[in-house]
Amino acid sequence: MVEPVTFVVWLIVLPLAWAVAAFVTGERIGAWLGVVGSAIQTFLVVWMVATWDVAVPVIHRVGGWGAPLGIDLAVDGLALAMLLLTQVVSLPLTIYARSYFSEDASKSRHFWPLAGFLIAGLNALFVSADVFNIYVTLEIVGLSAVSLVAIGGGRAQISAALRYLFATLIGSGAYLLGVALIYGAFGSVSLATLIPLVGSNPPQAFALAGLLMLFGLMLKTALFPFHYWLPPAHGGAAAPVSALLSALVVKASFYLTLRLWTELFASIADDIAWIPALLGAGAILWGSWRAIQAIRIKMLIAYSTVAQLGYLFLVFPLLPGQDAIRATVMQACAHGAAKAAMFAAAGVLIKATGQDTMAGLAGMTGRLPLTLFAFGLAGMTLMGLPPSSGFLAKWQLIEAGMARDLWIIPVVALAGGLLTAVYIFRILSFAFLLSPSSVKIATVPRVQEWTAFALAAGSVLLGLRGVELMALLPGQVP
Amino acid sequence: MSSELLFAVVGALIFTLGVAGTVLVANLLRRILAFNLMGSGAFLVLVGLAQRGGESDPVPHAMVLTGIVVAVAATALALALLRKQHEMKDSEEELTEIDDG
Repeated sequence: MVEPVTFVVWLIVLPLAWAVAAFVTGERIGAWLGVVGSAIQTFLVVWMVATWDVAVPVIHRVGGWGAPLGIDLAVDGLALAMLLLTQVVSLPLTIYARSYFSEDASKSRHFWPLAGFLIAGLNALFVSADVFNIYVTLEIVGLSAVSLVAIGGGRAQISAALRYLFATLIGSGAYLLGVALIYGAFGSVSLATLIPLVGSNPPQAFALAGLLMLFGLMLKTALFPFHYWLPPAHGGAAAPVSALLSALVVKASFYLTLRLWTELFASIADDIAWIPALLGAGAILWGSWRAIQAIRIKMLIAYSTVAQLGYLFLVFPLLPGQDAIRATVMQACAHGAAKAAMFAAAGVLIKATGQDTMAGLAGMTGRLPLTLFAFGLAGMTLMGLPPSSGFLAKWQLIEAGMARDLWIIPVVALAGGLLTAVYIFRILSFAFLLSPSSVKIATVPRVQEWTAFALAAGSVLLGLRGVELMALLPGQVP
Repeated sequence: MSSELLFAVVGALIFTLGVAGTVLVANLLRRILAFNLMGSGAFLVLVGLAQRGGESDPVPHAMVLTGIVVAVAATALALALLRKQHEMKDSEEELTEIDDG
């Protein structure tokens, strides 16, 4: 009997395989390979979650070599939760993308190989057990994400991709210098070896390494004020690409920030925990404000991502409390599903109206009710209305903040929820209140509407099954 | 000053120069070159710091080789994007336009 946890290798090999095969066979077969591959990956990860019953990380030695010469893969509850999110979000998106790109062969020829590399990189990143392998996977994710932004081929997209490329390269450069300092100080890159070595009074080079690595990761996560590259890249890319980037790619570097913060850098993290929290609060206010002012639909959603990423960092003064980790993982999953749904729905609306403006939505409720319903459901999750998973995440966040008498966290979280409601209702008001324009509406394949709806419904229904997701993480489930 | 420290300080200096170039220089080709300088600085720190009593450590050498492969890929992507942008020209207008959106 094969241990289900060894499936993790297949989660990396499969997307690599279909990416290469899609490159060779072309867009038509490639699209099917992507959809079928994602379905198998989803099946494998669900099986892994269903049979998961260990509290300690499971180590897989690739090729039987083992650290320090070989590469170890470590699966724990947190990694498994992120693997689950990645597969569950990317499966509907591949189905959506197959239909979305069907008329435009020149774009989809590059989409499928790059999407495969991206997903393989993400899956490998979540289970990497040493800081250097993390660097390599970060670069795989970063380079394929930048290339995905550029496949649209427009001038704005190329400029956005270049800006994104330089941001991500500076981020990984800072991270790599941190790795060099850590190796110089301790002679190892394995997390399992380093954590006991660091102790409570680490050398100064280690603190410097920590600052460099965390800065690099926060730049890659687009934490305010390092978000400057995100809105043009996410708002300008093709809809399936925007969805993958906003839902998953920024979560990958956030996952690393969280993991390194609570494990490797725990000894230096306490003193600087207020910095990410402060920047997170700034992100919520500034991102929401820019979203409220946006004219283009996808720009609004991109600034909403900037704001929602802020919530992820709000919990940092509460770490390493298990309740804080649960709150932020819940927020990552809620935002992942909801934001994928929102970009997918926006893609449908833009295709139908032929324009990426709010004014173009006039009277669309009668014409594309399912897509607008999906948009509304995803908005509900972002606002944090019950019973959505967004509600559960914000509830846990507020509870964790109040338990430690940090009142500022609930206040910012609630203010952010209100601001989110303003920009969601603003976009819906265009669709509901304005009378239909005489512009001709293009027909959009129903499968695109339904996949957007499935993601949105998933983000709400996750709120009802949150306990199962949280059970993956260590600590007592309330 | 020991040789490890000398390598590390020079590496950090090159890295800083590279970051400054990547962030501050307007010309995109120079920014790509500056990014490569930044990478070389990090590699120098990695190889230089890891000497143990004058003996060099082979593990960081393997890491630097991997890092060079990554840097070549990133440079190729950057150059491809740069050429594409050059063919289209005047993309700055568009960029400011989406910023305002």
